[in-house]
Amino acid sequence: MIKELKSPLRVVLENYGRINPESIEEYIAQDGYEAVGKVLREMRPEQVLSEIKASGLQGRGGAAFPTGLKWEFTAKAKDAPKYIICNADEGEPGTFKDRAILEGDPHKIIEGMIIAGYAVGAHYGYIYIRGEYLLSINRFNKALKQAREHRFLGEDVFGSGFNFQIEIHQGAGSYVCGEETALMESLEGKRGNPRFKPPFPPSSGLWGKPTLINNVETLANIAPIILKGSDWFRTFGTKKCPGTKVYAISGHVKEAGLIEAPMGITLREIIIDYAQGMRDSKFKMAQVGGTAGAILGEDMLDVPLDYASLGEKGLVLGSGAILVMDETTCALDMLECFLNFFKRESCGKCIPCRVGTEKLLELATAISRGEGKEDDIDLMLHTAKVMQKTSLCALGQSLILPISTTLKYSREEVTEHIKGRCPTGVCKI
Amino acid sequence: MKLRNKEKDVIALLNKAQRENKHNYITEDKLKLTAQEAGLSYSEVYGVATFYSLFSLKPRGEYVIQVCDSGPCHLMGSKSIFKVLEKELKIKVGETTADGRFTLEEVSCLGICNEAPAMMINEKVCGNLTPQKIREILRELRKKK
Repeated sequence: MIKELKSPLRVVLENYGRINPESIEEYIAQDGYEAVGKVLREMRPEQVLSEIKASGLQGRGGAAFPTGLKWEFTAKAKDAPKYIICNADEGEPGTFKDRAILEGDPHKIIEGMIIAGYAVGAHYGYIYIRGEYLLSINRFNKALKQAREHRFLGEDVFGSGFNFQIEIHQGAGSYVCGEETALMESLEGKRGNPRFKPPFPPSSGLWGKPTLINNVETLANIAPIILKGSDWFRTFGTKKCPGTKVYAISGHVKEAGLIEAPMGITLREIIIDYAQGMRDSKFKMAQVGGTAGAILGEDMLDVPLDYASLGEKGLVLGSGAILVMDETTCALDMLECFLNFFKRESCGKCIPCRVGTEKLLELATAISRGEGKEDDIDLMLHTAKVMQKTSLCALGQSLILPISTTLKYSREEVTEHIKGRCPTGVCKI
Repeated sequence: MKLRNKEKDVIALLNKAQRENKHNYITEDKLKLTAQEAGLSYSEVYGVATFYSLFSLKPRGEYVIQVCDSGPCHLMGSKSIFKVLEKELKIKVGETTADGRFTLEEVSCLGICNEAPAMMINEKVCGNLTPQKIREILRELRKKK
């Protein structure tokens, strides 16, 4: 059980820690599967689509694409069969929200997938769960079995004539498989190399068929929206980014854990009100959105953490991971750690990313050992910019963000290493 | 209504092959057999097996210790966790102890960042690690037959 920090608001996590996740009866007692019943008995697929569109829900995996629009594109695709995929390959460092949802409330995801299937005209669903999440896989397996026994899955659900099946695919360790097209390659039993886009999944996805792929947290929002309506959903969050967000807090805070809060909460509020403040030392910086996310300094403590507000500043909310770092942290040491991660996880398909991640790590390592040159900093920036423009997928493209924002706040600190001194004493020079 | 052919799912087949091997790896014979079962060439199956980090083509210890060194764990001291493990097991990252009991590996985020630093031993996750806690865990594992 992941520690859940005091969250007054519950949409996605409404059942988390409150019901036995292995009991479908307890889920049903919380209005579980009511949304599926409502959709199948009272609504036409177009009505479901317009409700989701009206809610303004955006993809919670990090890209923030309007969910309703994605559903509509898939619904309009002519080819058949169509597929639904739940992306549960949560690999972004610092993120553990999808694991919590899967472990704590698996039926909510099944419900979201059935509704998505009905809305876009798909009868097959896959959930791709990363291989490291064994408890999630076991819980989901049990939930699927129960849902089949209760005939929420299978043929003629709720006597509506609608058929829907879900199968689990277990990952085998690969960060890049969280990228939607890489995930589909992997699901097809191949190496998880991303594909060229377009075509996009709604027209050509799994086995070349129209595919709707949504993140776990996105799907967890579906049943509540259907039951309580899009107007209710819009009472949370901001106008541009309605709803709540599950943020995952880690690092130098008193209390690490998960919170569900309205979109647009600030970093200061999260650290002070939820995480009970800094643990030992003063705040230095935070990385928001995972390892591919930006470093935010003290001047950003009051920026609303939603897709639009951060997007305006060229930053990202990503998965909602927040890694808080205090003054004892060496910015360069962390950057080296981020680059080591990217180097290890680059799939090797495209040259900019395969070579670039390697070179960037070499440069950062040289600097951290006191062997760097003054030009190396600009060379890192230049390399990351080229990668941003030429890499095939987000892995190579997004690396510029942690590098440029680290340098924005800590360029002097990095330069000190070149002169032979690590200001925090973390790096051994 | 039938989904894809499970009997031909390479990743699931490889997973099973590795789980059934007591040295936690996929043998060359199994790779060849998997290729046959899945109706693929040996090179295709080899490509898949070497892509994913949870698969190994080298024999490993009875206990595979995978320590996370991604951002949150790194920040919370994973380097010292590696040091303790290397000292206690007398091996480096990527190696297996001479008695074939332990293998030490570095992995990407395990998704328990609220308990950083963390590691996984076979299928069990351990968080909030300290040098003392690691020594205790190793003592328990060494007692087991």
